[in-house]
Amino acid sequence: MEDLTKRFGGVVAADGVSLALPAGELHAIIGPNGAGKSTLIGQLTGEVAPDSGRIRFDGQEITNLPVYQRSQLGLARSFQVTTLFPDFTALDNVALSVQAHSGHSFHFWRNAQSEAELREPAQMALARVGLSERAATPVADLSHGERRQLEIAMALAGRPRMLLLDEPMAGMGPEESARLVELLRALKGGITVMLIEHDIDAVFALADRISVLVYGRIIATGDPAAIRADHAVREAYLGEGGADG
Amino acid sequence: MSPAPKAAVKTGWSIGPVTPRVGLNIAVIATLAVVPAYAALTGNAFALTLFTRVVILAIAALSLNLIMGFGGMVSFGHAAYLGIGGYAVGILAKEGIGSGFVQWPIAVAAAALYALIVGALSLRTRGVYFIMITLAFAQMIYYVAIGLDRYGGDDGLTIYHRSSFGGLIDLSNRTVFYYFCFGLLLVGIYLVWRIVNSRFGMVIRGARSNERRMRAIGFPTFRYQLVCFVIAGAMCGLAGALLANHTDFISPAMMHWTRSGDLIVMVVLGGMQAMFGPLIGALTFLVLEEGLSRLTEYSNLILGPLLLVVAISIHGGIDGLITGQRGG
Amino acid sequence: MLYFFEQFLNGIQLGMLLFLLAAGLTLIFGIMDLVNLAHGSLYMLGAYFAATFADWTDSFLLGAMLALAATALTGMLLEVVAVRRLYGRSHLDHVLGTFGLLLFFNELVRLIWGPAGMTLSLPSEMLNAVEVLPGLFYPLYRLVIIGVTLVVAVLMYLLIMRTRLGMLIRAGASNREMVGALGINIKLLYTMVFGLGAALAGFAGLMQAPILTVQIGMGENILIAAFVVVTIGGIGSIRGAFVASLLVGLADTVGRSFMPDLLHTFLTESASSSLGRALSSMMIYLVMALVLIARPKGLFPAAGK
Repeated sequence: MEDLTKRFGGVVAADGVSLALPAGELHAIIGPNGAGKSTLIGQLTGEVAPDSGRIRFDGQEITNLPVYQRSQLGLARSFQVTTLFPDFTALDNVALSVQAHSGHSFHFWRNAQSEAELREPAQMALARVGLSERAATPVADLSHGERRQLEIAMALAGRPRMLLLDEPMAGMGPEESARLVELLRALKGGITVMLIEHDIDAVFALADRISVLVYGRIIATGDPAAIRADHAVREAYLGEGGADG
Repeated sequence: MSPAPKAAVKTGWSIGPVTPRVGLNIAVIATLAVVPAYAALTGNAFALTLFTRVVILAIAALSLNLIMGFGGMVSFGHAAYLGIGGYAVGILAKEGIGSGFVQWPIAVAAAALYALIVGALSLRTRGVYFIMITLAFAQMIYYVAIGLDRYGGDDGLTIYHRSSFGGLIDLSNRTVFYYFCFGLLLVGIYLVWRIVNSRFGMVIRGARSNERRMRAIGFPTFRYQLVCFVIAGAMCGLAGALLANHTDFISPAMMHWTRSGDLIVMVVLGGMQAMFGPLIGALTFLVLEEGLSRLTEYSNLILGPLLLVVAISIHGGIDGLITGQRGG
Repeated sequence: MLYFFEQFLNGIQLGMLLFLLAAGLTLIFGIMDLVNLAHGSLYMLGAYFAATFADWTDSFLLGAMLALAATALTGMLLEVVAVRRLYGRSHLDHVLGTFGLLLFFNELVRLIWGPAGMTLSLPSEMLNAVEVLPGLFYPLYRLVIIGVTLVVAVLMYLLIMRTRLGMLIRAGASNREMVGALGINIKLLYTMVFGLGAALAGFAGLMQAPILTVQIGMGENILIAAFVVVTIGGIGSIRGAFVASLLVGLADTVGRSFMPDLLHTFLTESASSSLGRALSSMMIYLVMALVLIARPKGLFPAAGK
């Protein structure tokens, strides 16, 4: 069983945020722009140091661990603004992710691109997001939507226990979004997912629970129905209308 | 076999038709291979001297390309390792230790050690700060060398006997020495090729491409970059030992920051990320420098603006011109 | 004690000259994102111009003013003809290109003025010494250098903080596209900034000329020190450049004067002399290394850089 607890009063952008995610849950975070979502992810992944508070992952204290170590523990993320390796092909990108999680890389001799141990899981990850035909394409030639899919593939390739997805559907067309929703639905129960999204339809379709983050504070947490009905939430956020980001 | 992806490091080898790049590489190797014969036939001993220097500095440039071209770590202090390697040989020679079996490992180890120190402290910085701090460390060792009165200080030190390998090979024979250096260069190119395409190489190249992402997917990039930096330093230290033997002389000028600048020029000129780039760059630069100095007493009036033109217009160096690729 | 204070003043004076160079460098870097190795060449030109014009006009002051104008013009010309093509490219390309310019200028100076170097003499009043402290006589000229540079520093502060041009400069540093979109002639702005940097460098060169020789390659050593200052101070920060140049100037001067004696307390005469020379040359790099380890972006990193 996995259990994720975050308790932190952080930088001004995150004010006493506390959340606990049981294993396998798909937990969505919604909220207006500037509400502190990026800071939250930053603190979770280790790029930003909280002023106070703690983060625990599966019972283990990770508050002071550097970024790469959290990833090694099974906490993977996708980026809001595509952050890929532009000089490489899609397959190479994902293979790197696989490589990061297959032991150390102080191997100086064998050609990494010929290693099935790296290429096969990478191919599988690409297949899962629907990018198989584009495996040999350089990232520079991929469309925006395809790059977003590659982001997800890279996060998945390391076989994580938990995914932090930062607005994965931003910039995706309807077909791609639908595919991603299906993918996430399939992941639920196996991998814990924290989904930050603006696409309300997707959120309500997928989430086990939703938290609403406004100005650095969580103003409500609960299952979709409860959130929909919550007054404070309606006022602060849903009332502004729009399922688009 | 899947179509060679852009990320595969281009080399001189390819299955299939000989590409322009392969053609150029073969031409260069062939030319270098016959230099001693040419020198003997035409009585032009200077050609042999010049090309030995080309080959040695190509090894140094190769090591710089590893960290700079592939790793994105622009070191403006790489000549320091040339100097350390050279001084190791020179100092040991003066102290009566003439055996290459002792001198050269020490040269390489000393250079590697300094690279370890410099890398450990510098790799925490980025961009222009990294450039500056590597420059600073090279300056430090430069001033140390100037202060070494016993070993010539500012004037330098003559080496009276080249490194001896106990009858295995006679380095004082210029032709033998040339082929020895040439052989080391080819071995070096092959080693770098393997490293760059290995898992380790992928980490280094990935870190150059997007370091933030590398850490996000779980790589402790610092330690890999440090190891790469040390490897490059060691290789350059070897080149320094060769250089000391070649010139029979060591001086702080070997480590002057303009020498580091020259190395950067060679790498960029030849084409970063191309295996034979450093060699082509070294060849072009040194031959150009030599040719211009014969043409006019004021060669830098031409060389200087030429470098500027290269910086402005040529993406990917000479290799980029040949392959038509805008890389680097 | 008096000796220490004298060295302290020397350190301040060196720091002031470094500030002139570093301010230009950090401006150019902060606003155009350009690493300029040819900055030392402008410093050298300032000195050569001053020596030549002072010779022609028989007046130090006139020669200095003409040299200042000439260097600024040369800088702007250089920017228009060559440097601006480097904007937006990688720092490596900058290093390569400006390195070529550096070689070019050294050669050009050798062609025009010959390899021997020049001298620039001061008007006789400047040669006097002023009693700064009881018993301590300090050359008037060096005091003038300190004073004039402080004035320049204040003027720069006012320029950057209080004028429209300064506002544009600061805006350009943080957001190039915006400034361009506002219809302001970015090209002209960059040329002027480069010209300003060139003027500062030339000014440093001509002020330093009477104290040191005027010779080819004089720019290189001080350029590296200026880069060290910019790195320590934080790229893009004039304030950082000021603090760092004082720090570096003092570290270098005081280090050089006292290191051999310090070492002499536990080393032999010759050892402490040569080691002392080596160590004091390394002083400024040690300082930089220490600062960067503690603060990898310098003391006052400009926001967003």
